[in-house]
Amino acid sequence: MGEVPVRVGIVVFPGSNCEQDCFRALRKLGAEPEMVWHGDTKLPEVDVVVLPGGFAHGDYLRTGAVAQFSPIMEAVRAHADAGGLVIGICNGFQILCEAGMLPGALRKNAGLKFICKWIDLRVDNSETAFTSRAKEGDILRIPINHFEGNWYADEATLARMKERGQIVLRYADNPNGSLDDVAGIVNETGNVFGLMPHPERAVEGLLGSEDGRTILESILDRVRDSASERRGLASV
Amino acid sequence: MTYTAEISVMLKDGIADPQGQTIERALPALGYSGVAGVRVGKRIQLSLEAGSPEEARIQAHEMCERLLANTVIESYEVSIDG
Repeated sequence: MGEVPVRVGIVVFPGSNCEQDCFRALRKLGAEPEMVWHGDTKLPEVDVVVLPGGFAHGDYLRTGAVAQFSPIMEAVRAHADAGGLVIGICNGFQILCEAGMLPGALRKNAGLKFICKWIDLRVDNSETAFTSRAKEGDILRIPINHFEGNWYADEATLARMKERGQIVLRYADNPNGSLDDVAGIVNETGNVFGLMPHPERAVEGLLGSEDGRTILESILDRVRDSASERRGLASV
Repeated sequence: MTYTAEISVMLKDGIADPQGQTIERALPALGYSGVAGVRVGKRIQLSLEAGSPEEARIQAHEMCERLLANTVIESYEVSIDG
């Protein structure tokens, strides 16, 4: 029996600029990625949706503010509501927060500087669909590249998220002022993930680190596991 | 009837405003001592069609809730003219 194909839709907004990196990284890891235009109203048949980094709609008004209303977003929301996996990277994370699919909001970096550098991330929940290949406390070296990565939520929201294990990744050394060192979070149902760092830029040792694979391969594992579960059920 | 809406969007109290802080540190250098509480926001102006000023206000509020402000971190005020 061949390996289960993992179909990934990468949403391209006007102003996205990390979609090719995502495409290349996912293909390298054995997935079947395809680009999806933000103006489409339907997603192709995919297991995972990626909202890549960039400056969707020029980041006008606020990052992600206009992108949340792109026609494709209704289909992305429906995919998530049905339990499908969604990952927003950098600008994608900002869009998911603006769309209300993840809690909180991303503010300008505390130092008012655009930050582009390698950073260390600590995995604080390894039970998610996005981190199953890691162990709690693992340090992942993955680059950040953003001006608005300073995550915020009110006290009650943060407390509830901590209780439910929704804080998945934290900065080992907070670069942007993000509340509670938050670098990546999941929604309450655990199928929507947003993070500021770029795992797709850390899949080759030659380019500095392979730690991004931990995240991307966790996602592929989850899709394959649930596919074989379904197949197992079908054969009973 | 056409109305003009002036909308101001500010970071909520308690949300750090690094832009405001930077300006606050710059002003004393120009000789303005005793400046405090600098906050930076946005002003959005638009005209809209509505049946009454009240209807215009309701529409503008809706725009703020849905797009013009992110109420997780921002508050807004609407004033209607015309």
